[in-house]
Amino acid sequence: MSAIAASLATQEYKYGFTTDIESDVAPRGLTEDTIRLISEKKGEPEFMLEFRLKAFRQWLKMVEPTWPNVTYPAIDYQDIIYYSAPKPKKKLNSLDEVDPELLDTFAKLGIPLNEQKMLANVAVDAIFDSVSVATTYREKLLEHGVIFCSFSEAVKDHPELIKKYLGTVVPVGDNYFAALNSAVFSDGSFVYIPKGVKSPMDLSSYFRINNSESGQFERTLIICEEGASVSYLEGCTAPKFDKNQLHAAVVELIALDNAEIKYSTVQNWYAGDEEGRGGIYNFVTKRGKCQGKNSKISWTQVETGSAITWKYPSCVLIGDNSVGEFYSVALTNHRQQADTGTKMIHVGKNTKSTIVSKGISAGKSNNSYRGLVKVMPGAENARSYTQCDSMLIGQDCGANTFPYIEVSNNSSKIEHEATTSKISEEQIFYFMQRGIPQEDAISMIINGFCKEVIRELPMEFAVEAQRLLGLKLENSVG
Amino acid sequence: MLEIRNLHAKINDAEILRGINLTVKPGEIHAIMGPNGSGKSTLSKVLSGHPSYEVTEGEVLYFGKNLLEMEPDERAREGVFLAFQYPIEIPGVSNASFLRTAYNQVRKHNGEEELDPLEFDDLLQEKIQIVEMDKAFIDRSVNEGFSGGEKKRNEILQMAILDPKLAILDETDSGLDIDALRIVSNGVNKLHSDTNAFILVTHYQRLLNYIQPDYVHVLVNGRIVKSGTKELALELEERGYDWIRDEIEAAGAAAGAGA
Repeated sequence: MSAIAASLATQEYKYGFTTDIESDVAPRGLTEDTIRLISEKKGEPEFMLEFRLKAFRQWLKMVEPTWPNVTYPAIDYQDIIYYSAPKPKKKLNSLDEVDPELLDTFAKLGIPLNEQKMLANVAVDAIFDSVSVATTYREKLLEHGVIFCSFSEAVKDHPELIKKYLGTVVPVGDNYFAALNSAVFSDGSFVYIPKGVKSPMDLSSYFRINNSESGQFERTLIICEEGASVSYLEGCTAPKFDKNQLHAAVVELIALDNAEIKYSTVQNWYAGDEEGRGGIYNFVTKRGKCQGKNSKISWTQVETGSAITWKYPSCVLIGDNSVGEFYSVALTNHRQQADTGTKMIHVGKNTKSTIVSKGISAGKSNNSYRGLVKVMPGAENARSYTQCDSMLIGQDCGANTFPYIEVSNNSSKIEHEATTSKISEEQIFYFMQRGIPQEDAISMIINGFCKEVIRELPMEFAVEAQRLLGLKLENSVG
Repeated sequence: MLEIRNLHAKINDAEILRGINLTVKPGEIHAIMGPNGSGKSTLSKVLSGHPSYEVTEGEVLYFGKNLLEMEPDERAREGVFLAFQYPIEIPGVSNASFLRTAYNQVRKHNGEEELDPLEFDDLLQEKIQIVEMDKAFIDRSVNEGFSGGEKKRNEILQMAILDPKLAILDETDSGLDIDALRIVSNGVNKLHSDTNAFILVTHYQRLLNYIQPDYVHVLVNGRIVKSGTKELALELEERGYDWIRDEIEAAGAAAGAGA
């Protein structure tokens, strides 16, 4: 194994630069005053302040969870900056007036925001530190009745929708990090697809952390009315810092009758260096509610970054015949730790869930799958299938599986399969003996291992994900 | 094309090869026979560059170049092919894409245009007939769930696609039933030409009923102790390896007495 393990030395993290930009920053620490300040800076209506304060008061009574299979030094929540926004040079009327520094930053990340160079057929909401800096294709989407804007704008322009849905999937007191997010979140993306509309293009958010001292707390809310559908993509990067930054996001999805939401993530936050210095703590709550009958929510994630990942995109299957899916690749290298998986809660009749999880551990990393399949008493004929595979590269990494199955209805069918495998020196030698270089061999084996998940991603994302998986494990060391 | 001079190699500090000398010319078929543990498989692995083995002495020239300095993938692209005794399973990687990637690596190395999947499929359909394999195997993961005989036939298919200059077959006949043995042997005979050479590592003579070797070498304790023609193989089949050991011991004793 030594040759392979040795070849997995650091692939330079190419998104590790910082942008020099003047920011509007709240004082360090968290009190009710901080929350009032954030709410005021954003010019929020009273109900939003109430929401935040309620969350904050709950958070004060909660304790940080210790059950995840990860270790990290205690976080000092009073040493974090909860609001950091790039200072606009003047009021913006169009994308062309966005600070060129910011446009440059996103262009460097492969996300051009200029009207001429925008990604064809993908609308982007670009989020820098705590705030949304630009959203592309808004007018075109509005022609179809699709609302795609920053969360702050949604609070101003569509307060009735926010009031109706915010916190209905992930309640303010759901868990420690969701409560923290609910108290201090500064921005995020908002999507509303009206009845019967299929979004004419994929929508995406691109998250960028820039400030070394600030946490990132964004909030995404997607609502699909009856018969509507949308495919939503999310990408993330952050500069290299020696300190850890906290990222605690909340994503809520709501699908009404016959609606379908496909949510794809390629997460490449800075993972820290080989020795585990720096990197993002990615403590995220993502949940979708299949409220209506025949609705469907599908999560696909490729998790390659972050020092620590704590994330369980889940589906609550309330509507009869609703479907929940979770496809995941979690790759950890060096000192990364991931505790990730899903929850599928079957409430309605004939509900169906599919879970396919692929964990890849290399270096000295630790990778855990944690999943819950729960069938409530009224969920007649619920069906659930779980496939959970782990792959180990080298001698010093770990893989764990924690499946929980709770069934309260006799008519349900639950299947669970799990495997563990290793990339062996013999496999690599076999490839090389056929003329295939070692890096290509590792990449082919990994992509073969993950292909059931990769093929669920939209085309461009799939290519990006494959490349990323290769990069994370490859090195030109002979 | 291949010249092995005084080759010594070890694995985990155990010396296995203790001075191999062998010359192989284009068009030749060499059989290497010997009892268990004599170093036959080690020789195959050392020639193909397996990382677990360390060469401690001697040299190997391949078309005049130092073979031992080349990485395993470089050797493969230069035309050295090893048919594995125990072919490796690669879950999730289809036989077709594995073969095409390997084939295109060789093409690229030779300065030729790479084939796209459709063009490659034509080649594959032609070559697959040599090993009488079902087309369904092409879309299955490499060797995964294949029977022993299917894995060996898959090795010969890979050889047919890659068209090596020097093919080393490491006990390809072991564990084969008579039909598979015939198919594998036919494959080798079809691929054999004036410009390529084969080294057949085998424990038994029966493979040589199907493939006519030009030379037979007997490997004992990491050295080639006897070389001959096909008749030597028949004699080994009849008398076993003990008489050769006895001969060596006698020679050794005589040498000792003389000194």
